[in-house]
Amino acid sequence: MSQPPVIELSGVTASFRGQMVHRDLALRVEEGQIVGLLGGSGSGKTTLLREILGLLRPDAGVVRLFGVDLNDPDVVLQRDVRRRLGMLFQHGALFSALSVFDNIAFPLRELRCLDEDWIRRLVHLKLAMVGLEEAHGKQMPAELSGGMVKRVALARALALEPELLLLDEPTAGLDPDRSQNFVELVGNLQRELGLTVVMVTHDLNTLAGLATHVAVLADQQIVAFGTRAEIMTVDHPFVTGFFGADRRKLL
Amino acid sequence: MSEIPRLRVEPGKVVLSGAWTLAEMLPMLSFLQAELTNQSHHIRHWDLSAVTRLDSAAAVLLWRTWGGQWPASLDVDEVHRPVLVRVAELPREMPEQALPRVHLPEFIGVLLFKALANVRGMVALFGQLLLDCAYLFRHPKDVPWREFTSNVYKAGALALPVTALVGFLIGVTISYLSALQLKSFGADLFIVNILGISIIRELGPVLVAVLVAGRSGSAMTAQIGVMRVTEEIDALSTMGISRSIRVVLPKVFGLTVAMPLLVLWTSAVALFGGMLAALMQLDLSLIYFLENLPRAVPVANLFIGLGKGLVFGFVTAVVACHFGLHVKPNTESLSANTTSAVVTAITSVILVDAIFAIFTRQIGVPQL
Repeated sequence: MSQPPVIELSGVTASFRGQMVHRDLALRVEEGQIVGLLGGSGSGKTTLLREILGLLRPDAGVVRLFGVDLNDPDVVLQRDVRRRLGMLFQHGALFSALSVFDNIAFPLRELRCLDEDWIRRLVHLKLAMVGLEEAHGKQMPAELSGGMVKRVALARALALEPELLLLDEPTAGLDPDRSQNFVELVGNLQRELGLTVVMVTHDLNTLAGLATHVAVLADQQIVAFGTRAEIMTVDHPFVTGFFGADRRKLL
Repeated sequence: MSEIPRLRVEPGKVVLSGAWTLAEMLPMLSFLQAELTNQSHHIRHWDLSAVTRLDSAAAVLLWRTWGGQWPASLDVDEVHRPVLVRVAELPREMPEQALPRVHLPEFIGVLLFKALANVRGMVALFGQLLLDCAYLFRHPKDVPWREFTSNVYKAGALALPVTALVGFLIGVTISYLSALQLKSFGADLFIVNILGISIIRELGPVLVAVLVAGRSGSAMTAQIGVMRVTEEIDALSTMGISRSIRVVLPKVFGLTVAMPLLVLWTSAVALFGGMLAALMQLDLSLIYFLENLPRAVPVANLFIGLGKGLVFGFVTAVVACHFGLHVKPNTESLSANTTSAVVTAITSVILVDAIFAIFTRQIGVPQL
């Protein structure tokens, strides 16, 4: 039995106030791929992520995650699909009323299956994974620095052991050292768990260190999708402009 | 599908296979837990080499079934070993998160200090407003007219329908209930006195103040609070624009100006409602009512009512702005401060009303 692709978008069309953002967009991400989503400012990268998450319903077209149509009316099915993905929002989107510990424990508690000791161990594990200490668990999101917020948000996104991880500008606002750690961390997780990752990023180092595939979003469509080497040969004004002299860096 | 987590017991060892992940384990979690605990008692040899996926939730589960130590012999794929190692490195005992204990004296003391801090904050804000007024007096060009008029419109003009509706219904209710009593004494004509004094002097201002505290006061706190959360207030300061002149002052003076007008409007509508109810219930003509109103209610009452409106508006706006400026950048604080603003504004209004009642007890009472 062949696995359905993790993400499958076909014929997706979306517009904001009469302005077309996506026109007949198609994308197919297979299991285990790490896809870097590239595109100029305002090209609709975040919109695309929101469509994949089901936060935004496209005007036309189908979005399938793990073979499940996001328009399916079955509530339980939808919930189970959501539990298989983790999202790192650009600004963290931590629950400001909860401490760091409770933020990470929240999705685990919502399962209503795990006991407290199990949850505590998992939260400590996730904190250690993103390089935070136990003492940080007691802090409130408002007390954290920008980079820490990002790491806590990643820990929360990883809490449910997702099969699909969506990252919106994961390394923006991190110092180079941290972003290198982050790249290694996600790379390790990917190898251990067979994660599928889709990330929006402008950082060439992150892209070079992590992405197996690159999707280029321009002209309201995915104009190119393929491995890094393949993308290098694409002759599209955005691709040539984006990489410019740095072409070799990516390889 | 071979993906579901499986557990097989072979002679002398436990063999796990399939995907040991949280999502796959969830449907049969209790069964797996029971089975694992069962086997761990007498078998010390574990074979995990057929496991396709192992996530940290499963690793924690296994580690706990092993009683927090490595089993006598373990076959595991090299890809999955680090997951188990990470779990093994965790401290053995997980400390409980201590819940803060609440002591009654401490609780009361904290409340008291908070109240004192709030009073101090409001006095400081009042002082700042005075300083701002002095500054604006010397620099009339900097007076924020646009913000001021916008606030008068938002807090005043837009509040006309709701205050009219509430005023009208209260007027009808009081008139109707009083008419029932007065009729039995044959004192029908005193309905003019009762309605006039109670509405113009007392009910109009207080009613409007409560409505405005809920409507405009909460809006002010929320607006300033969100501006603080999104650092808009800080952005203003960095541009050299005083937040108190541009944000607080127009709100305070806007409401102070709008409130007496709202009081006048609401009292008029409430009296109209009362007159209609008196017409229906007591056959008291509208002309008679209007002719006798000035005689029954000395005009001082109107000024007391309007003066109350002025003070209530000022108090409500100062309280709302004070709490807005003390919102911390999180959602909890925003909701707590908005609640405090409305509650404090209404309480202070009633308090000020009591003070008014004491100091104006000689004024405007009709002599019979």
